[in-house]
Amino acid sequence: MKTTETGLQRKGRSSVSSRIFDICNYLFFALFTLLCVYPFYYIFINTISDNTLTARGLVLFYPEGIHFSNYTQVMKLQGLGEATLISIARTVLGTFLSVFASAFVGYLVTKQKLWHRKIWYRIIVATMYFNAGIIPWYILMMNLHLTNNFLAYIIPGIMSPFNIILVKTYVESIPPALEESAQIDSAGYWVRFTRIVLPLCLPILATVTVFTAVGQWNSFQDTLFLMTDRKLYTLQFLLYRYINESNALATVLKNTGGNVNINLSLVQTPTSVRMTVTMIVVAPILLVYPFFQRYFVGGIMIGAVKG
Amino acid sequence: MKKGETFVKRIRENSPARSWVLPEKFQLFAMLLPFLLLVIVFSYLPLAGWRYAFYAYRPGFPLEKCEYVGWYWFESIFSNSYQVAEITRVMINTLAISGLGLLLNCVAPVFAILMNEIHHRRYRKTVQVLTTLPNFISWVLVYAVAFAMFNVNNGFFNQLFLSLGWIKQPVNVLASSNNVWLSMTLWSAWKSLGWSSILYLAAIAGLDQELFEAARVDGANRFQQILHITLPGISPTFLVLLVMSIANLINNGMDQYYVFQNALNKSSIEVLDLYVYNISLGGGNFSFGTAVSMLKSVVSLTLLLIANGAAKLIRGSSIF
Repeated sequence: MKTTETGLQRKGRSSVSSRIFDICNYLFFALFTLLCVYPFYYIFINTISDNTLTARGLVLFYPEGIHFSNYTQVMKLQGLGEATLISIARTVLGTFLSVFASAFVGYLVTKQKLWHRKIWYRIIVATMYFNAGIIPWYILMMNLHLTNNFLAYIIPGIMSPFNIILVKTYVESIPPALEESAQIDSAGYWVRFTRIVLPLCLPILATVTVFTAVGQWNSFQDTLFLMTDRKLYTLQFLLYRYINESNALATVLKNTGGNVNINLSLVQTPTSVRMTVTMIVVAPILLVYPFFQRYFVGGIMIGAVKG
Repeated sequence: MKKGETFVKRIRENSPARSWVLPEKFQLFAMLLPFLLLVIVFSYLPLAGWRYAFYAYRPGFPLEKCEYVGWYWFESIFSNSYQVAEITRVMINTLAISGLGLLLNCVAPVFAILMNEIHHRRYRKTVQVLTTLPNFISWVLVYAVAFAMFNVNNGFFNQLFLSLGWIKQPVNVLASSNNVWLSMTLWSAWKSLGWSSILYLAAIAGLDQELFEAARVDGANRFQQILHITLPGISPTFLVLLVMSIANLINNGMDQYYVFQNALNKSSIEVLDLYVYNISLGGGNFSFGTAVSMLKSVVSLTLLLIANGAAKLIRGSSIF
């Protein structure tokens, strides 16, 4: 409300140059926003348009010859279904475990009674600032038999020092009296954590969850380094391969997709395969983002205050 | 409360099943221990792998069976003329892209100030939400977007410009060694400019509104208000972010460069992180890669300490 009032006041007094600036400014941001959003729209209309047109790059602004068979066809691609399951599994499991660990460890390190509390906390936080490099890490993963192993997506990511700091700071802001009330009833730490602290931490945990889930979904490097087994490929990795080999894939689909009276507008082309898989990989982000936008923004603010 | 505790203790001590109870401080530690082990295994244990830099390690062979070569790999970085040329090329790429990234750091506050000048609330909110979106997609997806928009066969811009008659031949931007640094920076901007401006917008919102009122009473126009109130107001935020990106000068990460890399642009896109990957996991020379990444760790830790020291001098408090 307040901004619009001052806006009106300013408008009343604004000079010509100020108004010209406003117009340019509004246009600039309209253009920049379009640049950010249009590619997603463009890819989408290409997945539902006539495949003979999209292959020649003729669908630029609006869909033509709308059909949805690309999505059903693409699901027949070998490995795509499995990769979808892997991506979903790692996102759900990985996020759940990591958020739980952040919450629990963030709670434990606030306990003054913890034996050598400061040392352990510093050991955890210090890992934010150094990195042994990819090769020692790769060799370690190999020695732990975590190459070609689904657990490699989950276990190394459980501990996130940044998230632990966020939770710790948040727990410290909770009045101790709330927890002490349970102490009198001689409840153990575990009970106090699950019954009292965890519910109070939900706002910060929502932010942590959203960021961890996006990170898990988007993760690409671990597959690249550790997985040679096609069954363990994630959607992100598969998409990368598809972009580089979509010609070959389209031929495969063409050969499997019936041979009598082929409707050319529905036959898979490299373009249709590439665009459709892109849409499938980006869809969760696009669908989740509008609803969780405030948690995304909340996250950076907490981080900033902390930093 | 104390009484209650001793009472509980007495009950526990008297119960036959629990004749001895772990002291509270160790109870807590026992709960922390599994998580601590995870940190030690996945963050500290890899440091032991730095010893591979002193061997002629070949994957598949146990380290004991590999030849110990001392500082050979480190020396070869600086003595072998081919290596020197390679490392120089990679360092130039790294610093050029990071340098352009620093410029981007200066664009973000300007972007935020301009966005703050949008007085239509709904419009501003929409712009903010939509420009932040690309920050949450992976680099693989950014590459997929880039491919859809710019590929030489049927990319959006090639088709659009061809049909408008602005170009005669489709241009293959993605497979070209020209302007790689610039295009990488532009993709970074596309992905993260909206996101990084959020911090500045919050800083601007936190400024004392009375300052603006007073300036307006004194007859300051919008531009003067920005220059004398907003800019000084967000400079601490700017400094912190600048220091952080200086600390990360040689840590570009590799996702972005890996996905955009191809045979034609490889020589100018290979930053340090990607180079380490290409020579080790890509090329099989694990020991040399370890040596390079060890040097990299040392340099970036030094940069971090310098940056932190500088921040201490300027702000009076350290960032880390």
